[in-house]
Amino acid sequence: MSEMRRVSAICNGTVIDHIPSGSAVQVMRMLHIDGSHSNPISLVMNVPSSKVGSKDVLKIEDRELSQEELDRLALIAPSASIAIIRNYGVAEKRQIELGSELVNIARCSFFNCITQNPNEPLPHRLQVVSQDPLEIRCAYCGRAQSVGEIIESLI
Amino acid sequence: MDLITMDDLTNEEAISLLDDAERLLPIARGDAYLPLLKGKVLANLFFENSTRTRLSFETSMKRLGGEVLNLSEVGSSVKKGETLYDTMQMIDGYADVAVIRHPRQGAAQYAADAVQIPIMNAGDGAGNHPTQTLLDLFTIRQGQGKIDGLNVVMVGDLRYGRTAHSLSHALSRFGASLTLVSPEPLKMPSEIVRDLKSSGCHIEESEDLLPAISSADVVYMTRIQRERFPDEAEYEKVAGIYTLKAEDLRSVQSDMMIMHPLPRVNEIHPSIDATSHAWYFKQAFNGVPTRMALLCRSLGIDIPEAIV
Repeated sequence: MSEMRRVSAICNGTVIDHIPSGSAVQVMRMLHIDGSHSNPISLVMNVPSSKVGSKDVLKIEDRELSQEELDRLALIAPSASIAIIRNYGVAEKRQIELGSELVNIARCSFFNCITQNPNEPLPHRLQVVSQDPLEIRCAYCGRAQSVGEIIESLI
Repeated sequence: MDLITMDDLTNEEAISLLDDAERLLPIARGDAYLPLLKGKVLANLFFENSTRTRLSFETSMKRLGGEVLNLSEVGSSVKKGETLYDTMQMIDGYADVAVIRHPRQGAAQYAADAVQIPIMNAGDGAGNHPTQTLLDLFTIRQGQGKIDGLNVVMVGDLRYGRTAHSLSHALSRFGASLTLVSPEPLKMPSEIVRDLKSSGCHIEESEDLLPAISSADVVYMTRIQRERFPDEAEYEKVAGIYTLKAEDLRSVQSDMMIMHPLPRVNEIHPSIDATSHAWYFKQAFNGVPTRMALLCRSLGIDIPEAIV
């Protein structure tokens, strides 16, 4: 590695590499990483990358993120690479997949959607109508949701 | 079978429902009686006002020998803060099929997800109104002899008008050319226009009514809905912007149909009522045979080939 390592290797946990530059904070929000847990978290932003020019990297110690948690990232970091680390080695590599539906990840942002009543118990469901170009609609009211709106409405 | 949007029906299924409705006409008119739905109960769940839709579902059920429960928001548990989910659990136990109108968009799909019984969307906010669309298609077929490839002008509140949303989707699937006439603030939502175009529909948008109607097969008028405007001043700016009078019809096609989901305010002058172009009252009646056909379909009841 020609580039000096900015954060030391971790013993056990999850490394999320190649996050689009500047998006790591949103990634943390989507993973509900808010400092309320005691495990160490390392975040580097805007570091040079031979692959994508510039990137963010997130290292989460002592926590292996599930596929379901990782798939949440498909909206903002679809090309991130994920490694599950055990005893300083890469135990598993994971891909992020945007499924056909986002269940209980974000609320519909439309003010008059039935799901705006916080007492309604059914899950919040956003359907991925098309991946390229990305088009996501509320499964109930049908309104299109931008990625920005979804990030603002994360549960 | 639920009917939440027109996407729940293929073109073939829609046509076969229109054929069913055609066969049910003698019962709808009260000329024949056939209790196909005897012992079945329909729940009419109107969380928002309705005249034609509620009454035509009720008469459809009754003319087929079924029973109707009516829930209106006033005085019901909804006012006490009950969720739609909980209301629907109760209805699931009381009725065999339910019709729902609700001020919030997505309410019908939500209700369908909450229960086992079939759900018919009778209007969800500014969303969809597919049972109206079926009766509109039925009426268009009566007047034009077909529903394929027609030149249709949709007029008025295309932004909030759920009738216009559902009908334009359906017509685009039948190869219509659509002219969308509305004032700027009430234009058809861009995602709907995108959908229509992607299904190959030829679309023109305009603010002028009269130039658009000369080559039309159907002119579909809608009311500018005061209740959908957040602000009275915004409503006043566009209220009454489009009105059709008998003298406006001099150069239209002889079989051009004027339709309206009703109620009208001043969009269609009464001078048109006596002309052959007036289809809106026949259209309102057509809610009965088409909703009969839908009720039978959703309850899995076959309709005899000939009813006399």
